[in-house]
Amino acid sequence: MIEIVKNTKIDFMGLKKYTFAISAFLVLLGFVGTVQIYRGKANLGIDLAGGTSIQLKFEKPFSMDAIRSLLAKAGHGEATLQEVSGENILLVKLRAGDKQDEKMIATPVVNLLRQSLPGNPFIVESVSEIGPAIGNKLRRDAELALLMSAIAIIIYLAWRFEFKFGVAATIATFHDIFTIVGIFWIFGIEKDLLFITALLTIGGYSLTDTVVVFDRIRENIRLRKMKTFSETINLSVNEVLSRTIITSVTVFIATISLLVFGGHVLRNFALALAMGIVIGTYSSVFVASPILALWRGEKMTDVKR
Amino acid sequence: MWKSITGRITLIAVLTAVSIIVLLPSLTDRVPAGWKDKMPKINLGLDLQGGVFLRLAVDIDKAIENTSMRYADDARAVCREKALPVLALQKIADGGFSLRFPPGDFATRAQATLKDEFPSLDVSLGEVKADGATVIARMKPAEIQAIRTNAVVQGVETIRNRIDQFGVREPQIIAEGDDRIVVQLPGVKDQQRAIELVGKTALLEFKLVDEGASVEEALKGNVPEDAQLLYQKSVDPQSGRATKTPMVVKKRALLTGDTIKTAKVNFSNQGGGAHVSLSFDTQGAKVFDRVTAENVKRRLAIVLDDTIYSAPVIQERISGGEAQITGNFTPEEASDLAIVLRAGSLPAPVKVIQNVSIGPSLGLDSINKGVRAALIGALLVVLFMAFYYKFAGVVADFALVFNILFLLAGMAAFSATLTLPGIAGIILAIGMAVDSNVLIFERIREEIRSKKSVRAAIDAGYDKAFWTVVDSHVTTLITAVILFQFGTGPIKGFAVALSMGVAINLFTALVCTKVVFDYLNAKKPMQALSI
Repeated sequence: MIEIVKNTKIDFMGLKKYTFAISAFLVLLGFVGTVQIYRGKANLGIDLAGGTSIQLKFEKPFSMDAIRSLLAKAGHGEATLQEVSGENILLVKLRAGDKQDEKMIATPVVNLLRQSLPGNPFIVESVSEIGPAIGNKLRRDAELALLMSAIAIIIYLAWRFEFKFGVAATIATFHDIFTIVGIFWIFGIEKDLLFITALLTIGGYSLTDTVVVFDRIRENIRLRKMKTFSETINLSVNEVLSRTIITSVTVFIATISLLVFGGHVLRNFALALAMGIVIGTYSSVFVASPILALWRGEKMTDVKR
Repeated sequence: MWKSITGRITLIAVLTAVSIIVLLPSLTDRVPAGWKDKMPKINLGLDLQGGVFLRLAVDIDKAIENTSMRYADDARAVCREKALPVLALQKIADGGFSLRFPPGDFATRAQATLKDEFPSLDVSLGEVKADGATVIARMKPAEIQAIRTNAVVQGVETIRNRIDQFGVREPQIIAEGDDRIVVQLPGVKDQQRAIELVGKTALLEFKLVDEGASVEEALKGNVPEDAQLLYQKSVDPQSGRATKTPMVVKKRALLTGDTIKTAKVNFSNQGGGAHVSLSFDTQGAKVFDRVTAENVKRRLAIVLDDTIYSAPVIQERISGGEAQITGNFTPEEASDLAIVLRAGSLPAPVKVIQNVSIGPSLGLDSINKGVRAALIGALLVVLFMAFYYKFAGVVADFALVFNILFLLAGMAAFSATLTLPGIAGIILAIGMAVDSNVLIFERIREEIRSKKSVRAAIDAGYDKAFWTVVDSHVTTLITAVILFQFGTGPIKGFAVALSMGVAINLFTALVCTKVVFDYLNAKKPMQALSI
């Protein structure tokens, strides 16, 4: 039997004051990031902000500076250029910004580049043009999805456990989502529709993890193995610790494979997932459980069901 | 738990057989045609097979205004017939127009006449002043509603017509909400052409050139009331430079494109590129005959979407009901123009508000990378499980293989769309799939440590982990289902893959692995378990 951890007796609840400080910082960071997103100050993807993105594959290596000055001359100085190294791929992104003008500009930009760079032909791999109205709609849908899943999860967990379990698990989930938003914001990584998908997935994963811990807590309360609630939590987390680690490892392996081999379209998505798995595991131990202990008190009242 | 081992094995075998039958046509072309045609298939999303996704906003206000102006022209003609002198015609808000008449009973008589002639208009008397009186006409709400519906329904129909003639396999053209049209063209190669073909209003009009008006004055903004300033675009074949020539034409169209019977591409002998030959239906031919007879030696502008293509002088009466549009077209341009003219014009202009075009090479690249990432991810997870849980890990891996097989077959059965995020969903589902078995195995280990027999430990492990597994699956399922509800295109694909993967996992992780242990325990209880 290979065992990563064996009969651990870590005092997880004793670490509460440190982990709460860390979590408070992470959530604050995420909160600022979220506010910045709403103020339009964060690096939002074209699909959420509206605008144009063009992906070109050149035959030969190209000069970013030359293309930047070409675009600037044509009045697109605000364009962001991105190069996929080694593949001669160029990503041009033009945000719609405050301009409510929904005119499509991909074709003129492509034609301009084709005419100005006759020595280096390219194929247009993808074009995406999104009017601001659509971007807003997609963003509203995403917010609604987050809200709906939070409500649905609280209801389900309130039914399977009790209301306080549901709320604690949901808080932990939002902790994770805020943390990832904060990290992406601090590092200026682009946040697009796939990022929001990743957030929801992280939410789902983090809940799974929390539910496993809660399940053991409920069982250990019933068995009255310990005298206080905090001790019960410590025992439960230690008991499921190896499962927590193994599962995180397998899911982590899968997302790392996605990150390394999935291509640049999925790169940020996989990055968010990989970070989310780490945070989700952390939060079920250090956020959901302590909140439950603080709220529920140390009395060992049975959990219904 | 279900006791009969043979029963469970039979179920798994049947499911496997069905899955393979359903799935094979999606994976390979080398299956008999009869089988292939009958089976539903996994659809590839636009991001994987390349193609164009367009969301169009229909300019309904413009459609209402256009119809209203047509009524206005007709109303003026009717008044002229009845000898009611119209001094001025004006557009007013909300699909209406006003006509001004000289003092006297002209306005009252006009009101009565128009009421009789146009039942779909609300006609009322406007202000009466010393220098005349106005009649105000507005379309009735029911008429406006009809235009609204028609603008979208007819728009979808027209676009479908154009796309069918352009030649795209399995296009999807649907109305969305009250004023949107979504067009999906999977696999289309010449994307720019396709987009232009879809978005063109293609309103063809024949208008007389206003010889009396001065172009210089018009450029300064002094355009006669019944005329408009339009441009003729021409491209120099040598230098490729486009020039725009301003021209003043009468507002009233003598003939429009809806009377066109056919439109063909022709090549002239003298070079100069392709042109489009039109022939009108009987009604159109009659009008064209009359119009050309009445206007010999005057210039007739051929206007498409407010751009003049040519403005030839009418040399003589044209009775055959045929006309030509010239303009140094490339063969593709001419062919596309013929298509839009045959399919008819859109009832209202549309604006592209979302365009996602994926080239076929990128799609293929994405599939290759996605599949490679999935295979490597799955392989690593399989190796890890076998390494960590030894024999039990191999059993879990065996369940994982069924999980993937059933998931893909399930996607085929529902003709689900596989997108790049969908592949990511499958990879994630693989990672999470083993979680159920991890939960169970850790439980079994605990039971073994508490000195239970192997058989009892296995049973207890499965029993105790059961609800944990269900709870954790349901929570993931809830988020996946909500993602499906609110997601668009590629994201939906992710939600489908993840939710189906999680649901199927409940079966494979609990049933497929347990039956192996039960089978081994059936003859004589296992003494030791490699876990």
